[in-house]
Amino acid sequence: MLRLLSFALFLAIWWIAALFVGGAKLPSPPAVLQVMIAEASSGALFLHLGATLARVILAFVLAMSLGSAIGYLMGRVKLADRLGDPWLILLLNLPALVVIVLAYIWAGLTEAAAIAAIAINKLPTAIVTLREGTRALDRSLDEMASVFAMPRWRAFRHVVLPQLAPYIAASARSGLSLVWKIVLVAELLGRPNGVGFEIGIAFQLFDTPRLLAYSLTFAAVVLVIEMALVQPFEARATRWRPRAA
Amino acid sequence: MRLEVEITGKTFRNTAGGTQDVLAPVKFALQSGEVGVLIGPSGCGKSTMLRIILGLDRDFEGRVSRPAEARIGMVFQEPRLLPWRSVEQNVRLAAPDVTDAKLAELFRILELEQHRSHFPGELSLGLARRVALARAFAVEPDILVLDEPLASLDDALAGRLRDEIAALVASRPVTTLLVTHSLDDAVRLGDRLFFLSPRPARILAEVPIGIPREARSDAAIAAIKGGLPRRAPGEQGGERAGRDVS
Repeated sequence: MLRLLSFALFLAIWWIAALFVGGAKLPSPPAVLQVMIAEASSGALFLHLGATLARVILAFVLAMSLGSAIGYLMGRVKLADRLGDPWLILLLNLPALVVIVLAYIWAGLTEAAAIAAIAINKLPTAIVTLREGTRALDRSLDEMASVFAMPRWRAFRHVVLPQLAPYIAASARSGLSLVWKIVLVAELLGRPNGVGFEIGIAFQLFDTPRLLAYSLTFAAVVLVIEMALVQPFEARATRWRPRAA
Repeated sequence: MRLEVEITGKTFRNTAGGTQDVLAPVKFALQSGEVGVLIGPSGCGKSTMLRIILGLDRDFEGRVSRPAEARIGMVFQEPRLLPWRSVEQNVRLAAPDVTDAKLAELFRILELEQHRSHFPGELSLGLARRVALARAFAVEPDILVLDEPLASLDDALAGRLRDEIAALVASRPVTTLLVTHSLDDAVRLGDRLFFLSPRPARILAEVPIGIPREARSDAAIAAIKGGLPRRAPGEQGGERAGRDVS
């Protein structure tokens, strides 16, 4: 209820602002909705949205699985941490634009280059979060598992993974928002479809309604995924914790 | 299963770069079915000794021999349950081979039946300790190690749990090592008592108790306690009020 109210407030502010600024710079909500419907009925909206979504999923899964594995290794093995740390700092501070441009130059304007570039941007934050989570693992529970001779996989699944779950959820949450942002840049610079490509076109034509139509649909998709997937996962991972009253 | 411990020394390196002796040479052996009790002042190195015996600490001089296939059941000082798994899952994860009947019996003895599906965070310390006991017994251990399993429990509950431990130990051949501050627990449960010195720990005296556990009357226990060697300063023999959670 409160969410709906805050959404209505957002629309109201937008509408009033549109009246003041004028339709060329800030079109009113109905004007944007009209473009959305037109793009949706032609199928273009879904095509571009689908292309972006596919890139997000691929890059996200790639970065999360690789980043989690490397982060866990660096948290557990001192040598890996020492060796990996300089690379990690480099990657963390490398601007997204540099990675994307270099990927396109080295691998061509290909799908693989785009997805790899997005994944590389997300990778270091996943590593850092999971390394922190691994460092915070409870040693006394490891000892318990070792004394009771739990097989490695069972110990990992029941002793280690539940402790890492909040870190994985946090990394997924922040990582997803990072990937959403970067995927559009990658598309703008070197892909012939996707929301980023459409926004690039809209920018060249100064077509504000089209720009808003695409970015708002995109934002809506992000919101739905966040609420339908990320938040339930977080709730599940922390369900054993006593709730705050 | 025979447990032989022969530690010739253990040192810790402290942050200042110096070394500190934690254990002096310590040597003892326990036969199958025997309950050995380690009694000593707080911080004397008992927990370090247990970690070495359990194989958690390999950085020491000497040797510990126990059959490689020996199953170990352990009750840690803190219950060390998995907070994200239910009581029943906690036990089953450590003891995947436990039968439903055996589990039901353990839960009945330890009065945990209504708590099967609870999470450890919902349990009192006394209940959590009982879950830890259930877990240790569910694995049907060959070697059972109890690290102050009754510390910080009230008299009545500690007494009941002690009887339950005695019953469970009697129910199967298991080599048991108990660490405690309480002379009373030691004399009621132990077959052989090892009195340890302050750090670095060594064995000051070894006292065998001849009377079988189930035949020890209160009078006999008082007599045994009266005949024990003088304790290290600062220890209050057997008083529950003097229990120390270290």
